Amino acid sequence: MLELIDICFEKDNKKILNNINLKIDDKSFIAITGPNGSGKSTLAKIIMGIEKPNSGKILFNGTDITNLNIDERANLGISFAFQQPVRFKGITIYDILKLASHNKKLTKQEACHVLRKVGICAEEYLNRELNSSLSGGELKRIEIATVLLRQSKLNIFDEPEAGIDLWSFNNLINIFQKMHNDNQASLIITHQERILNIADKIILIKNGKIDYFGSKKAIIENICANCPNEGGCDYECC
Amino acid sequence: MNVADQELIKNVSPLELNKSNAYNIRKNGKSIVRNITDDVSIISKEDGSGIDIYIKENTKNALVFIPVIVTKSGLHDKVYNDFHIGKNAKATIMAGCAIRNNQNLDASHNGIHRFYLDEGAKIKYIEKHYAEGHGRGHKNLDPVTELYLGKNASLEMDTVQISGVDSSTRVTKGTLGDGATLLISEKIMTENKQQATTKFDINLDGKDASCHVVSRSVAKDNSDQLFISKINGNNKCYGHVECDAILQDNGHVQAIPEVDAKNIDARLIHEASIGKIAGEQLIKLMSLGLSATEAENQIINGFLK
Repeated sequence: MLELIDICFEKDNKKILNNINLKIDDKSFIAITGPNGSGKSTLAKIIMGIEKPNSGKILFNGTDITNLNIDERANLGISFAFQQPVRFKGITIYDILKLASHNKKLTKQEACHVLRKVGICAEEYLNRELNSSLSGGELKRIEIATVLLRQSKLNIFDEPEAGIDLWSFNNLINIFQKMHNDNQASLIITHQERILNIADKIILIKNGKIDYFGSKKAIIENICANCPNEGGCDYECC
Repeated sequence: MNVADQELIKNVSPLELNKSNAYNIRKNGKSIVRNITDDVSIISKEDGSGIDIYIKENTKNALVFIPVIVTKSGLHDKVYNDFHIGKNAKATIMAGCAIRNNQNLDASHNGIHRFYLDEGAKIKYIEKHYAEGHGRGHKNLDPVTELYLGKNASLEMDTVQISGVDSSTRVTKGTLGDGATLLISEKIMTENKQQATTKFDINLDGKDASCHVVSRSVAKDNSDQLFISKINGNNKCYGHVECDAILQDNGHVQAIPEVDAKNIDARLIHEASIGKIAGEQLIKLMSLGLSATEAENQIINGFLK
């Protein structure tokens, strides 16, 4: 489905991504993890077209999308949930959900239904502006709802767990599993072991390179073997 | 009114004026249609300079329409409309001016609207401005609104100028008594070489008076906007002014705030933000499948909604 060939990306004379080669199959559920600043978010942005690589090629279902714009990639079936959701003055939650669904006739009932899935008690929210009056957690959940509505072939989530409370986090896990069951592929940047647990495969990125790409067991063992925390970390082996 | 006039007036007033509502339509400097109700009377001023509108005390939810159309190139129309709102009366008043200038002389309308609200009166005032025409003559609008709010009175004013006006200077002055509330929402879009100036001068004289002014504007092409607001806190009061502007092309917006607190319990806030459309907003909407142009239009339309 998605193939990255020799992707390199530099910013301010600093190599952020260094020869990334990656093949992701249809319907797969991949978690990307790694230290802060390792290049995870940049990789996700390169796939969505938000950043353009200095060299390399991106294929999506056999089509070279390296030079396509964000909207062209979206219309081919790639969705993106931002780590820091964007605020808008004047655009309501209902507006953004209608845009996301590509269906201007999305009923309020349908919009409420998707908001409930991400843990928002819906009706009262629909006409609120997507502005700073909403909390970070609320914005994050609405961001995830926009991806849900798109029903894309590939969903990219950049740290979806950030700002999400425990109750909503359980819902989030259910959402990812449902996407998986619906044969949608997902690429999720995460530090959360519970998300790593349900992934088919895990990518570990270090210093702009893919350090490991394989099963969860091998990755966790690798993380724990090099655990810098004397008192242990959140992973089950510590 | 001919069919073209009816089309023009639609831009600033409801299409069908109902006999159960009060209205006065002014065309090219003269009142041409008028209707009054049991609760709302409209009387021409003796000197012919305008009208007085009286809304009886305790009136419930009256609707009043005062549209103006100017279709004569070279006409400079000036009118004084005074609204006298009785104690505890509630009403929605819609006023506005539509200009069609297809010839080469300038045409303008200068409406001076004064509102006198008795104790507890509650008014929603909607003002729309629109201009069109393919002549070289400019279409200019210079509305003046004066608001005098008595004890616990409240007025909510929505003012919109979205298209076609070459030059406008909008002046809004307010004096608020004890517990009075004033909410103003202004939406302006200028393009080409259009120029729009907005001046607010609000006196919060009464104890616990409050006002909230929200101005959202878009300046496209080579258009120019100036936003001046002055809030005077003369008692224990609350005043908040929020000016947001989006720049496109070579648009220019200048915001000049002045807050003047003369009482230790006055709380006055001014916020201003001017800039182009945020890149991340475009990226988000494009990630939903909208082209860059569609995303830009969506952001502007939402902003000015």
